[in-house]
Amino acid sequence: MAEILTTADGRPLKAALQAAQARAKRRAFWLVAPLLLFVLLTFVAPIGQMLVRSAHNDGFSAHMPRLTAWFAANPGAADDAAWEALALDLQDSAVAKTSGIVGTRVNYELSGTRSLFTSTARKAKDFAPPYREALLKADKDWDDPALWGVMRQVSQAYSGNFFLAAADLARDADGTIVQVPEDRRVYVNLFVKTFVLAGVITLTCLILAYPVAHLLATLPMRWSNLLMILVLLPFWTSLLVRTTSWMVLLQQQGVINNMMVAAGIIGEDGRIAMMYNQTGTIIAMTHILLPFMILPLYSVMKTIPPSYARAARSLGATSWTTFRRIYLPQTLPGIGAGSLLVFILAVGYYITPALVGGASGQLISNLIAFHMQDSLNWSLAAALAAILLALVLVLYWLYDRLIGIDNLKLG
Amino acid sequence: MALPIYASPLERLWHRTRIAICVVIFLFLMAPILIVIPLSFNVEPYFTFTAKMLALDPDGYSLRWYDQLLTLGMQAPEGERDSAWWADAWANAQWVKAAQNSVIIGFWSTILATLLGTLAALGLSRPEMPGRKLITAILLSPMIVPVIITATGLFFFYSNPCSILGPLGPEGGCGRLTSTYIGVILAHATLGIPFVIITVTATLSSFDRSLTRAAASLGASPVRTFFKVQLPLITPGVVSGALFAFVTSFDEVVVVLFIGSHEQQTIPRQMWNGIREQISPSILAVATILVIVSIAMLTVVELLRRRSERLRGVTPQ
Repeated sequence: MAEILTTADGRPLKAALQAAQARAKRRAFWLVAPLLLFVLLTFVAPIGQMLVRSAHNDGFSAHMPRLTAWFAANPGAADDAAWEALALDLQDSAVAKTSGIVGTRVNYELSGTRSLFTSTARKAKDFAPPYREALLKADKDWDDPALWGVMRQVSQAYSGNFFLAAADLARDADGTIVQVPEDRRVYVNLFVKTFVLAGVITLTCLILAYPVAHLLATLPMRWSNLLMILVLLPFWTSLLVRTTSWMVLLQQQGVINNMMVAAGIIGEDGRIAMMYNQTGTIIAMTHILLPFMILPLYSVMKTIPPSYARAARSLGATSWTTFRRIYLPQTLPGIGAGSLLVFILAVGYYITPALVGGASGQLISNLIAFHMQDSLNWSLAAALAAILLALVLVLYWLYDRLIGIDNLKLG
Repeated sequence: MALPIYASPLERLWHRTRIAICVVIFLFLMAPILIVIPLSFNVEPYFTFTAKMLALDPDGYSLRWYDQLLTLGMQAPEGERDSAWWADAWANAQWVKAAQNSVIIGFWSTILATLLGTLAALGLSRPEMPGRKLITAILLSPMIVPVIITATGLFFFYSNPCSILGPLGPEGGCGRLTSTYIGVILAHATLGIPFVIITVTATLSSFDRSLTRAAASLGASPVRTFFKVQLPLITPGVVSGALFAFVTSFDEVVVVLFIGSHEQQTIPRQMWNGIREQISPSILAVATILVIVSIAMLTVVELLRRRSERLRGVTPQ
């Protein structure tokens, strides 16, 4: 039996080592802790809160307590108690001036009902039993079974309805999930369009970046450093400046159209609409995201020794075979890193499509902004954002698995 | 990329074509940035070259759009350009106010991001850091998550910041962070942090740990070792990280649009409004100034990178 090794002060060596390692771990963690706390508070928690909001809206239940309680207790059709609860809740909401909130919440599910709530609430103080007749006298729409079905749904503060809406689905009066009418299906198409456009932009970036990165990687250092500035300068230039420049270049009275008219390629009335459509979005975003493709490609290409290609040639391969079988496979990590990064950034882009995209070049982010700022349907905005976030996080996870998040480099 | 001596004529042709393609792509990269510079001196309110400009006639050029940057929003733009006029411009001109806001917000968010980010990078680069992969992924996520999502989340959060505490928070909330400088600064710091972490960890990855051990064996305390040995060597990385953070804030518009108000009007927000409402060539004048700023930034970062390589003993080939 070997003697237990001890330190000078008599503690077992193993325990002393463990204690020292634990101390080192704690030290390292305390260095990171302030930032981790900061990011959790100012970034992770707000996004978590947003996710809750996408499934939680108490606009109805908080201001219509009696009717909400009645829905919870009675599964069947409206009886006298339900009408009484509705009338009294409307009276209260008229006093508290909350009928607009309630109406807005119901209106999200059944359009055209907001005014029903606000106008009835204005007459509510005169309501007397029998309440059903009083309400129907105020507005006969209250008898609509679809309305009662919707009110039952929205009386639950937690619901997946906003996610259904974000997927162009809705619940009908019985609660079965159905597709919304064809003319109101926007979101699924927009998600598809966003992904297609991001894919097109990634592909154009790859096609443009590959020769440039190859040139930079094979030129002598002196020249490549100089040319690198041409890649890095756009990278450092303000996004809005670059978007503005593209507007100047692409508009119908802009520089490119003027040059083409002057050169006689197109006639005065044949000016091409390159902006306020998808073309504008693709051109401007390709330019903005191109450096994110060139830099990872370049850093991979720089490490490929030229002797492999020479060996292939000396063994009789044509230059095309050498490229296809030897060079291209070695650049795959760079292609993967650049493409994933560009795709992730493109999927969530907002500013450029908003400025140069027109109606057809809008992406999902623009619709989130629309619901946040104009339609004020914040729960739907949150649900759309949650879906986009989930998609981006999957891509982020993929990036981490394939490339490793610590390999992300700038410039 | 010199051609090998055994290249066939076809390969030589392809080689030339490839270089031509690269020239076109570089043109595509640079043209939009360079085109705004001459157009910002246009005497006419157009976004295109006039005949006079093309003929290089001095009458086709003017500084009127730069002048407008100073005078727009002033109370008395006409008067003599004395100290009172400049004071008026400093206090009231829209673009000058926007520049002040941009610098204030950028400065404080950079300080915050650099301090916290450098500390965290020091911890993350230690081999004994527990859960490094997950924590790095969390800390870098503000760069990956679309800004619109961040802005949406922050808008809800800032409307009632204490709701984060749940039932522990004070009754009736504790004010709001929307439309405040603090709110915008905190948000911009969050967005800048990933850049600081990436640049500082990159510098630290090539840092020779035996230097700190040598300092410790000579009797220096950890704090002294940090300030005397480690910090001077990683300073270039920290400064480039700070510059990245500053540029991120200086160029950020979505968060400012969502959680800021007219009070927090920054240059990008003013540009955004200008582009959406009445696009005037003064936007191009601002763009030109910003291009010059970014050239300056790029130069500084490039010099720092070379200095850092020299400090680390990496000789440029």
